[in-house]
Amino acid sequence: MALLTVDGIRVAIGSLTPLDGVSFTLDKGQILGVVGESGSGKSLTAMSVMGLLPLIGGRVVSGAIRFDGIDLVGLAEPKYRALRGRRIALISQNPMTSLDPIIRIGAQIDQVAMLHLGLGAEAAKARSIDLMCQLRIPEAETIHASYPHQLSGGMKQRIVIAMALAADPDLIVADEPTTALDVTIQAQIIQIMVDLVRERGLALMLITHDMGVVAQACDRVVVLYAGRVAEANSVEAIFADPQHPYTRELIRCIPRHGQAPGSLKGIPGAVPSVMDYPQGCRFHPRCEAALPLCGTSVPVFERKTSGFAACHASEAVHA
Amino acid sequence: MTIKSDLISKVLRNPRGGVSAVVLLVVIICAVFAPLIAPYAYDVQALRNANLDPSWTNWMGTDEFGRDLFSRIIYGARTSLSVAVTAISISVAVGMSIGAAAGYFGGMFDRVVTAAVDLTWSFPEILIALILIAIIGPGLNSTMIAISIAYLAQFTRLTRAQVMALKNETYVEATANLGAGHTHIIFRHLLPNALTPVIVAGMLATGDAIILEATLGFFGLGAQPPTPSWGAMMSSGTAQIFIAPWIIIFPGLAIAITVIAINLFGDAVIEALDIRNRLRDS
Repeated sequence: MALLTVDGIRVAIGSLTPLDGVSFTLDKGQILGVVGESGSGKSLTAMSVMGLLPLIGGRVVSGAIRFDGIDLVGLAEPKYRALRGRRIALISQNPMTSLDPIIRIGAQIDQVAMLHLGLGAEAAKARSIDLMCQLRIPEAETIHASYPHQLSGGMKQRIVIAMALAADPDLIVADEPTTALDVTIQAQIIQIMVDLVRERGLALMLITHDMGVVAQACDRVVVLYAGRVAEANSVEAIFADPQHPYTRELIRCIPRHGQAPGSLKGIPGAVPSVMDYPQGCRFHPRCEAALPLCGTSVPVFERKTSGFAACHASEAVHA
Repeated sequence: MTIKSDLISKVLRNPRGGVSAVVLLVVIICAVFAPLIAPYAYDVQALRNANLDPSWTNWMGTDEFGRDLFSRIIYGARTSLSVAVTAISISVAVGMSIGAAAGYFGGMFDRVVTAAVDLTWSFPEILIALILIAIIGPGLNSTMIAISIAYLAQFTRLTRAQVMALKNETYVEATANLGAGHTHIIFRHLLPNALTPVIVAGMLATGDAIILEATLGFFGLGAQPPTPSWGAMMSSGTAQIFIAPWIIIFPGLAIAITVIAINLFGDAVIEALDIRNRLRDS
């Protein structure tokens, strides 16, 4: 059985429904990429899994989220709190501000282990330093006693990862963990996370808008668009044979080596606002392959010649 | 460690900070070691020696009961400092707790606290203290209670504003995402980050509290005789102002010098910490 199963969740905030039927599964030792532009519902998906929707006034109205046999939808907050950090950890977007400026780096990692594993100060410190070494943080002892302002952005992100790992969780949700970093550091951080998953058999849900990161790290990919799943497949198949026009556009946007100056591609238009989602397929106003049908009927998420997608223009395979 | 020692050297190297630190140290030593420093007891009367000029035997002269004024000023430092420091400490502790809870949890509790704070904020501290003393009666303990309540609004407000700003910081969210509870977040992350401006405001309020204690003493509502209090000493000096002006001048000087030193020291700390904006904003 999969470690994490998200089954057709719909999320409502007030009268709006920004997530409308998102499903995927994630196994141990697997990296799942969740991709899409800003506003496609990636972060909301992460918040649903973390049980943080009440913070922004949202709730799961239908569908199920199961983590290792536990039903997360409607789980009481104290039980959720015991799960957060201990079994599911979140790595947030901005490492620059994710650390308390007046507490030493080490103490911040230590406290996670002390809170969840009931370790004493000495044991927690030894564990943190060990963890920092595994994350290839040089001079872990010195850094353990430093303050956040003394570290670089890439180093801070490693510390944030160390905090997420401190209580040995089974699932890590990383919400655009490298957005705030420059590309060379980005590649290092992603590599560290990939290695961790392989060594420890973790499950990683990697949220990103960068198909390059997906290609480097992920096993499987879920493409979200305007609160719905557009396509899901293994990473090789999705790059080799994308079924959904949106996926094709995303792949086309990856900058390539030797590309002529000024030829960097974007996708025309923008993700529609949750206030006025178009009828039918939500991508059709921006879609090159749109059929008349697309404006009226919502495409079914079904098996295609390669993987699964929700698109009228791509041929379904009926088993 | 380095940050703290850096701060201390920054404050002391500032001329105002250095001088005021020395003055404050002298006042504190007087207060703590009063029985060792004072040449006479503060309550021994010798009516024969009433209203003596300052001389080598009585450095600041004597009052209308023949008590040595210098000794009484030394003991007076004890009264002033202990009342002001205790009152402000209580005020800071209670104000921070209420302010942090209001700022963090919000809701109905926050609205009630804000209304109460705004209400007391609209009266001068002296008026609040006078009303309270009218209710609980004069004396040193009631002075202490009155002063601590009079300054409560200030620290509640400051802490609440700090906490409200801090609770939206990503690192607070991040610790919550790793499973930390409210207690952990408030005591480990919010209060330590909110502490600096509150401590500085508390330091400056201590200067004001000395003046407030002296004022209440002057009205006869604070320390009761024979306990020496600078304010009460000035009050008794008013009757002798033409025959023995030193009785009112020296306690007045003691108050002025102490309060100026506290304010200058506070200014030097604010400058060293570079937090003027944070204090003003709230």
